[in-house]
Amino acid sequence: MKYEAGKIDVAVIGAGHAGIEAGLAAARLGCKTEIFTINLDWVGNMPCNPSIGGTSKGHLVREIDALGGEMGIAADLNTLQSRMLNLGKGPAVHSPRAQVDRREYCGYMKSVLEKQENLYLRQAEITDLERDGEEWVLTTRLEAVYRAKCVILATGTFLGGRVYIGDVSYESGPDGVFPATELSKSLKALGLPLRRFKTGTPSRVNRRSIDFSNLELQKGDEDVVPFSFSGKAVVQNKMDCYITYTNEETKNIILSNLHRSPLYSGKIDGVGPRYCPSIEDKIVRFAEKERHQIFIEPCGENTDEMYLQGLSSSLPEDVQLKFLRSIPGLENCEVMRTAYAIEYDCVDPLSLKRSLEFNDFDGLYGAGQFNGSSGYEEAAAQGLIAGINAARKVQGKAPLELDRASSYIGTLIDDLVTKGCSDPYRMMTSRSEYRLLLRQDNADRRLMPIGHEIGLISDEQFAKFENKLKLIDEEKERVKKTVIKASDELNALLVSRETSPIDGGIRLSELLRRPQADYKMLTPFDTTRPILPREIFEQVEIDIKYEGYIRRQQAQVDEMRRLEVKRIPKDINYSELGGLRLEAVEKLSKIRPENVGQASRISGVSPADISVLLIHLEKEGQKNDR
Amino acid sequence: MQDNKTVAAIATPNSAGGIGIVRISGKDALKIADKVFIAASGKHLCDSEGYKAHFGTIIDSGEPVDEGIALVFRAPKSYTGEDVVEISCHGGLYVTKRTLRAVLHAGAQPAPAGEFTKRAFLNGRIDLAEAESVMALIGAQGEQAASAAFNTLEGKLSQKISQTAHSLISVCAHMSAWVDYPDEEIEEISPNELKSVFTTAKTELLKMLQSFENGRAVTQGVDAVIVGRPNVGKSKLMNLLSGYERSIVTDIPGTTRDIVEETVKIGDIILRLADTAGIRSTENEVESIGVSLAKKRLTRAQLVIAVFDAAQELTEEDKKILADCKEKLTLAVINKSDLEKCADIDYIKDNTNASVLISAKNGEGFEELEKTLATLLGTADFDPSAAALTTERQRLCCERAVDNIEEALVALESGMTLDAVNVCADCAVEALLELTGERAGEAVVNEVFAQFCVGK
Repeated sequence: MKYEAGKIDVAVIGAGHAGIEAGLAAARLGCKTEIFTINLDWVGNMPCNPSIGGTSKGHLVREIDALGGEMGIAADLNTLQSRMLNLGKGPAVHSPRAQVDRREYCGYMKSVLEKQENLYLRQAEITDLERDGEEWVLTTRLEAVYRAKCVILATGTFLGGRVYIGDVSYESGPDGVFPATELSKSLKALGLPLRRFKTGTPSRVNRRSIDFSNLELQKGDEDVVPFSFSGKAVVQNKMDCYITYTNEETKNIILSNLHRSPLYSGKIDGVGPRYCPSIEDKIVRFAEKERHQIFIEPCGENTDEMYLQGLSSSLPEDVQLKFLRSIPGLENCEVMRTAYAIEYDCVDPLSLKRSLEFNDFDGLYGAGQFNGSSGYEEAAAQGLIAGINAARKVQGKAPLELDRASSYIGTLIDDLVTKGCSDPYRMMTSRSEYRLLLRQDNADRRLMPIGHEIGLISDEQFAKFENKLKLIDEEKERVKKTVIKASDELNALLVSRETSPIDGGIRLSELLRRPQADYKMLTPFDTTRPILPREIFEQVEIDIKYEGYIRRQQAQVDEMRRLEVKRIPKDINYSELGGLRLEAVEKLSKIRPENVGQASRISGVSPADISVLLIHLEKEGQKNDR
Repeated sequence: MQDNKTVAAIATPNSAGGIGIVRISGKDALKIADKVFIAASGKHLCDSEGYKAHFGTIIDSGEPVDEGIALVFRAPKSYTGEDVVEISCHGGLYVTKRTLRAVLHAGAQPAPAGEFTKRAFLNGRIDLAEAESVMALIGAQGEQAASAAFNTLEGKLSQKISQTAHSLISVCAHMSAWVDYPDEEIEEISPNELKSVFTTAKTELLKMLQSFENGRAVTQGVDAVIVGRPNVGKSKLMNLLSGYERSIVTDIPGTTRDIVEETVKIGDIILRLADTAGIRSTENEVESIGVSLAKKRLTRAQLVIAVFDAAQELTEEDKKILADCKEKLTLAVINKSDLEKCADIDYIKDNTNASVLISAKNGEGFEELEKTLATLLGTADFDPSAAALTTERQRLCCERAVDNIEEALVALESGMTLDAVNVCADCAVEALLELTGERAGEAVVNEVFAQFCVGK
């Protein structure tokens, strides 16, 4: 029998990476928040690779940290190995990635949630969601009824989850946990546009069964850059990764068993990600490639499970074992978990606003894989924004909307809610047109003031940040004033770096501007240099070296923001606007962009449509002025 | 603008011809046409399907004006994307104008210049490049120009640009993959390869820009000024070029005091000619104003036609003129070839871009003048079928793309990291896509509409 279990401000369905950030943000902003999860032992689980960060995902984690999220600190505290990817390719694309102890990470997150004031963590499956007047009514499988002002859907792959391995398929969430089998029905009844996506994960094998003798070793960086700006964790490398490759035999085994894959026999309807294909996909699509690189990564300090990055598959178990054993180092591998594909329900993100609230449902938000994205970091980023905005809604404040020029988070959300996605969306540096501005190293300079203003960054941390800004300014001033005198040593060094020698004296800032010169090499000649943290020098050097490019990008941003401030009224009726093409009417009515800039990024909306829209808005504006 | 006012205008050139067409466009086009056109079949145009022609009588205030054909187009399958009726009547300005008047009486609004094309653009019937092309087509005053405009319309420009954009997009994609998938063994694109792609793209775009300059002589005409010391035959040359007496020709030096302007067509080239007061020091106040005007005009002109007297030794004034023209594109016209040649022709040749001997009196050397002009302005090599940029906006986008490519090259050569190179290349792509209207901002649309100055 149903019973009333209580009234809450914000209910979060799911305790994965999105749900955690959503719940923490809402609770930290003062809302009574309850997180519901099917299994309390898997809070913040990483059902796929045991790592956080990577290209552009590392940017997201640092941005989450700058806004007051938890992911960066959790990853820093549980890092097994850390590397900065893309060194040498330019600061815009430097991306931190850490191998993380999976169980420790879960444990840490659970404890943070448990200790958080205003936050209640509850093991329960939500089976029904309904609107009742101003309230959302959530019912659990055990018939507890909760009433909430706002609800955040962060259901990940649990929602309608179904696992596929060869001919075998069964209802399941990730890692053998129960799926959420009932909720989809009530979401469909509400009218949410649900669809099926799929993703997959490779096998885990026992460390003792791997022959490491001929494998390439991959160590962490000597100088580790943590995700978090807070300096709460000292990050150390504790474990190594290894590299091996598939070969001709692997390819043959897979090709001759392709008919047994549920993907190729048509059993799975879900749309899989393009960027993270299964090994069978890669072999079919890139037939000319002789080998594929495989990373062998540790899952934790207290386990011998090793993750095989690059070998995700949904082929039958016997075929998996056969192809695994064709790979150098894995000849005698003992499989501990079988690779699988998982299909799940998610929503078309075009039905969302930039605040991640649904266009048509007041107080209902979506975050993470539920919104069609993929990846822990993408999920956490959306969870944070949905949590902040649910809290602000409860408190009667305007939503936080990050635009494309502010962050990767803003770019991610703008892409999702404006362009939509036809397969699971993964962040990439090339998705950001402003990437020279949106670097991982300056995430705090971009976002910490916002984090502080909304109330997730403490005054103490903000004071620390302001001091950092002051030091950067002072050092920049010094560098501009300091003149370095020419000397044989300096000129010899400059020539050896293939840049021109100097005559007389030169300002230090002019030397730093040269791509071939850096702080480190100039140490012996820069005699007045103060002792400062590394990141101060880093910011000064990037600001100076990339000044021209940064200025260019800033000009583009200013141009973009001109259309971004032209808001489109909520009640606009596109079908009544003469001159719009039918396709544009359909797209605009469906996506309901909040401003003209957003409208101009919708595929199928032509420049002609935008000019019609602008003319209409102009006319309406004139009418209102009268 | 988009309030669906029904508009009408004469769609044929404003001159006597075999046939005159009045075009009506907008949601009441058929209703209005029914008021001025009685089909012989007795059917109402309102009931007609699209792509149908009807024979009948044009009436104004109950009186028959002419017999004609009404062509019905149904939205969106018309030039403007709206309901359109085109009424063809027998040519002749009077009849056509009277038909238009009848249509306006029946409730249509007169179409402002460029309105039909603007509506076609707003209704998504044509893209920006095409819209601008139409405007150039309307404005084109020579055959080559019409052909060049037509080629853009056909998408040659779009094709050429998308080829160039594609080569850039392709290297950008490579750089992105290399950055976003560091684990995937993607080879680093070599600086040499990047350099070669950028350089090729830049060359292609510069070629288009060059053809824009050449094309301008054909589509928009060239500001030319005729200079020379008094009485060497400037005005006579002007008259020869424009085909009738425009400047007052006398033997008294200083006859031409104001600037006489004329647009003339020489071969395929349109010259906006200015005949100026002879440049000399003078006490006469009126004449001296003319002289200073002439000097001003000289600095502004795109082409200087400097006239000399073959029968006289070069004077200091002649040499001064040659010196003044040094920075300009200059054609020396050595007049009076019919008389004995005393002038130092080699000296003139050395100090100008080209020279030609003529006799303005008997027309000798005129063909040579035409040819030399074409070579000098680059229109001799102007291939109207090659993709050409025909408007200022197209040129600006193209220049922006070139700037960004140059920036990418500088970044590459100075040893900047590839992230900086990549964002410059991205910007070049954006500029090129904007050129075909694929992502046009507000400014672009405004700019295009500012260009809509001729009626269609």
